[in-house]
Order: sequence, then C-alpha cells, then structure tokens
Amino acid sequence: MIMALEARNIRVKMGHKKVLHGVDFSANSGKVTAIVGPNGSGKTTLLRAMTGEVPHQGHVHINGADVTDLLPWQLAALRAVQPQSSSIAFPFTVLEIVRLGLSAGLSAADSSVPLQALDTVGLAGFAGRMYQDLSGGEQQRVQLARVITQVWEPVVDDAPRWLILDEPVASLDIGHQFTVMDLTRSYAARGGGVVAVMHDLNLTAMFADHVVLMEAGKVAKTGSPGEVLTDEALARTYGCPVPVNTTPPIGVPFLLPQARADLAAQSG
Amino acid sequence: MSALSTDINGSDPSNGSEPVVDRRVKAQQLTAILLLLLLVTSVLSLTTGASSASLWTALTDLAAGREMSTMDRVVLLDIRLPRLCMGILVGAALAVSGAVMQGLFRNPLADPGIVGVSAGAGLAAICAIVLGSFLPSAIQQFLGTTLVPIAAFFGGWGSTILLYRVSTRGGQTSVATMLLAGIALGALAGAASGVLVYYSDDSQLRDLTFWGMGSLAGATWTKVLAALPIIALALATAPFLARGLNGMALGEAAAGHIGIAVQRVKNTAVLSVAAATGAAVAVSGGIGFIGIVVPHLLRLATGPDHHSLLPNAALLGASLLLAADMIARVVVAPAELPIGIITAILGAPVFLWILLRRRGNIGL
Repeated sequence: MIMALEARNIRVKMGHKKVLHGVDFSANSGKVTAIVGPNGSGKTTLLRAMTGEVPHQGHVHINGADVTDLLPWQLAALRAVQPQSSSIAFPFTVLEIVRLGLSAGLSAADSSVPLQALDTVGLAGFAGRMYQDLSGGEQQRVQLARVITQVWEPVVDDAPRWLILDEPVASLDIGHQFTVMDLTRSYAARGGGVVAVMHDLNLTAMFADHVVLMEAGKVAKTGSPGEVLTDEALARTYGCPVPVNTTPPIGVPFLLPQARADLAAQSG
Repeated sequence: MSALSTDINGSDPSNGSEPVVDRRVKAQQLTAILLLLLLVTSVLSLTTGASSASLWTALTDLAAGREMSTMDRVVLLDIRLPRLCMGILVGAALAVSGAVMQGLFRNPLADPGIVGVSAGAGLAAICAIVLGSFLPSAIQQFLGTTLVPIAAFFGGWGSTILLYRVSTRGGQTSVATMLLAGIALGALAGAASGVLVYYSDDSQLRDLTFWGMGSLAGATWTKVLAALPIIALALATAPFLARGLNGMALGEAAAGHIGIAVQRVKNTAVLSVAAATGAAVAVSGGIGFIGIVVPHLLRLATGPDHHSLLPNAALLGASLLLAADMIARVVVAPAELPIGIITAILGAPVFLWILLRRRGNIGL
C-alpha cells in the first residue's frame, strides 16, 4: 500500500532567525525523494524537524500517524535515520555498532541481518574492525548499515517503512556513491520509502523519483528531476549558471556548472 | 548493487576470511572468571588481618559440631564478615556508578569521584551527621541509621544533575567543563565541610575525619544493612540501562532514533549513580578511582557493550576493593592505611594514561 511521510507548515527558529518559514513536504513510499538546495536553504533543518531533532511548529505524519502520538520504539520500528556524521564515544567494533539497529527483543532470525546489511554497503569482512579506526567514508557506510538493519524489511504488515538519510553519499568515493544510491532505489522498489538530503544534483537526477528544491527556508519547486532541475530554477536558487543537458541513453537531466564569463575571460 | 560490493571485497583476501570475533562470548567467560576471583578474594579477606583468628579453625569447629571460640566469632562474624560485605557492596557500587556515568556522559573520564558527585554526597552526609541532631526527634527516629545514606543520596543526585546541566549542551558533553565543574564542586564541598568541623563535637569530628580518608574499617552490620537496599536497587537498574547506554554512545539524537527513551534513560542513570555513590560514600567515605579503573580495564578486555560491562564491573569492582582493603590492612599492620590511599595509587596512573591516550581527540 502506498503511504506517505508528510510535514505540514513546519516552522523552525534558531535563536531569533527564522530558518524554515512554514514548509510543506510530502514523500510517497515506493519512491526516492531527494531534498536539494544551496547551503543554508534549510534542507537538513527540515529533515531534523521531521525526525524530531529540532524544536519546531507544525505537524509530521508517518503512514497517517502523528509522530508525537508514537512512542520512541514505535517510531523506531517505522523509520530509521542516518545522521550526517557520527562519532562514537567508546571503542565499539563495526558489528557492535550495526547491531544497535536491531530492536530490543530480537528473534534468532534477525541475528544475521547486521552481517547482510554490512554486505549491502560494501563492508563485508569489516565486522570485527574497530569503528574508530575506519576512514570517514567507511564510518558513514557502517552507520548506513546500522540504519538499514533497523528497517531491514521495507514493508511490514502491509505498511511501508522509511529510510531518512542526511547526505548519505557526502564523503563516499564514486563507486560507493553508486552502491548507496542503488541501495536506496532497491529499498523503494521493494515498497519502502526513502527521503534523502542530497548535495550532488547529478546523482539526484539519476536516482531520485521526486525532488524538493529548497531556497531560503522555503520550498522553491517540487516534482520529478526533469521538472525541478531546470536551467532557470537552478540559476536562481544557486546563484550561478548551471545549464542542464540530458544524458543520451536514459534521458535524465545532466548538469555541469558553467564557468562565469568574467572568470573564463581572465583565464583565457 | 551487490555485484559491485562483492567485487570490491572479493578482491581483498584479508576480508571475508577473517572470523568475526564475538566479544559477547568472551565477556560471558570473563564473568565466570570474575565470579571465581570474587570468591577467592572474599575467602582471603576473611582470613587476612591483624588478629590471629582463623577461618579454618572456625570452620572445622563448626563442622565438628563444636562452638566457635569467642574470639573467632567476634573477629570473623562481627568484624571481618561485615567488612567483607561492605567491601563487596561499595566496590560494586563505585565501579558500576563509574561505568553508568561514563556511558551517560559519553566519556571514559567521567567518574563520580573525579567530577564531584562523591564530594556532593559526602557534604550532604557530613551535614546529616553534624546537623542531624537539629531535626525533629520523630524524623530522627524514623530515619535512624538510614539518615546519612539518604542525605548522601540527595547530595549525589543534586551534584550529578548540576554537573550534567553545566557540562552538557545539546547532547554533547564538554570534557573540560565537566572536569572543571567537578573541581568547583569538590572545592565547595571541602569548604563547607571545613565550616561544619567547627560546629561538631568530638565524636562527630571522628566521623568527619573518616570521610576524608575513606575506609572500610568502620564496617558494622548496621551500616551494611543501611547501604544494602539502596545499592541493590541502584544495581538492579543496570540491566535496563544497558541498551540505552549503548545507544547513547551514538549520541542522544541517534539513540532516540533507534527507539530509546533517552530522557528516561538519563533520569534512571542519574538516579542510579546518585543512589549507589551516595550509599557507598555514606558508609565508607570517599574511596576514589574504582569507578575509573574497573570499567576501563573491562572495556580493554571485552569492549564497551554495557550488557556485559555493568555486571562485570560490579564483580571486578568488588574484588578490587577487597584486594585494596587487604593491602591496606597488611602493609603497616597492626595499623591500617586508609583504603583511599591504595585506590589512588592504583587508579591515578590509569586516569593519567587515559588522558594521554585521548589527548589528541579530547575535544577541550
């Protein structure tokens, strides 16, 4: 069944500064929804408001239920959240971190999930390594493995579960960017919901079904990548010319920032 | 997707073939070893001391159906056995409090002794000793010997909350602020105790001197029974805290996202630390460093999983304190060293060692 992750009229203030001015957001299960926008446009703040990390006004519903009506463990069974970066306080191994994604009363069948999850993010064989000894990109994938362990089955009792990811490919090499984005696609294809804050517009164009473009604490545009990622929308929000082309075989938008004419003239 | 990942890992022979070491199994084996160790130290503790009373004669007397000699009975049952029980209780309480507090503050340097929780508990206990006689006699009678432990609990509770408020912001603890706040709390408690000394009579003064040094020498069954329920209750919360404290290692927000009721875990942890530390301080004074050394050694051995860390800390803490107590009794026999001196000699270098190792990423 297709259900939604919805936010209505989200307002966030940091100190005296209004960071979000009444944002409406909606993502359907079975789709990858990307939130894009320039630095400071409120992407991460919107995500954190929806996960309850920052105080906000407005309402957030998951699968029709108001999140404030759900207990922590009920919410954890519906959605998992990957933070932008994460330092760990003590010397845990990779497997111990991923196991934290398992719910408290796990059955024996669940116990193989952490290892499978590590395999999916390209970290098979890392289970016994110390988390603190890994590179930034590897740590990020360990966190992702923990997050997908938490909502391993995309659909439970006919209701979709949700992956909420804050820049999941930020410090990954190009190969692992594809591993992770593929993973989100397959999760959505199996009926789950994916909401991700994205920086890379090309990856967004390639992997997202639905794009929410933010600008100065408001939603500037929503729709398919082709509808949202247009020359004039990007030039306006990002403040630099970003001509959009189309990749020949699959027809998704493809863009390359253009050197500003004055700079090009100088270097020429 | 999996084609890509298999490819990457398949090309590296060191991956995949490496067996996954499950530290949970190791931790269970360690629990068995620690139980044995506690048994050994307990027996040794009963047989060690200035008096010539002998556990073996007493036991053979009992086995043969004879009465124990009066000296054996007094020394073993009224002096060494309560001292043994108190050592176990206090050692377990201090070690588990240390482990819980470190999990709560996400920092291996947080220890009730170092960050001023013991000082706060001690101050409240001193207040209870000196000012307790001003309480209405009905309350005095009702509380009896539990007055001091209860006061110590509230002192410990107040200082833990104060400390958390001061040093934690948005779920992140500043180590520098935490340690400095501890110094301030300690200084404040020291000053207040200094003032109270002038208001105390001779017998109260003896009690107060005992606080400064920390000792199991004053062990009586009354003190053991006063501390037992409080420490037992505090230790009983440990199994319910384990998953929460593991989750807190990810940070407060992430802990919430995996389904942990963060606020409840924090409240329970603070209460448990205050109760265990308060009761321990009330009956044995300020014994330091057990809460730092024990969890640190255990994390090195079997990792930071609180499911095994907390029970193993209780066992090792009890054994370590009994061992320190034996050293204190033997070194200058027939006199006794305050046990706090022994634990400081053992513990302070470990504290410095952790500091040195973490110097790069301590986040001051």
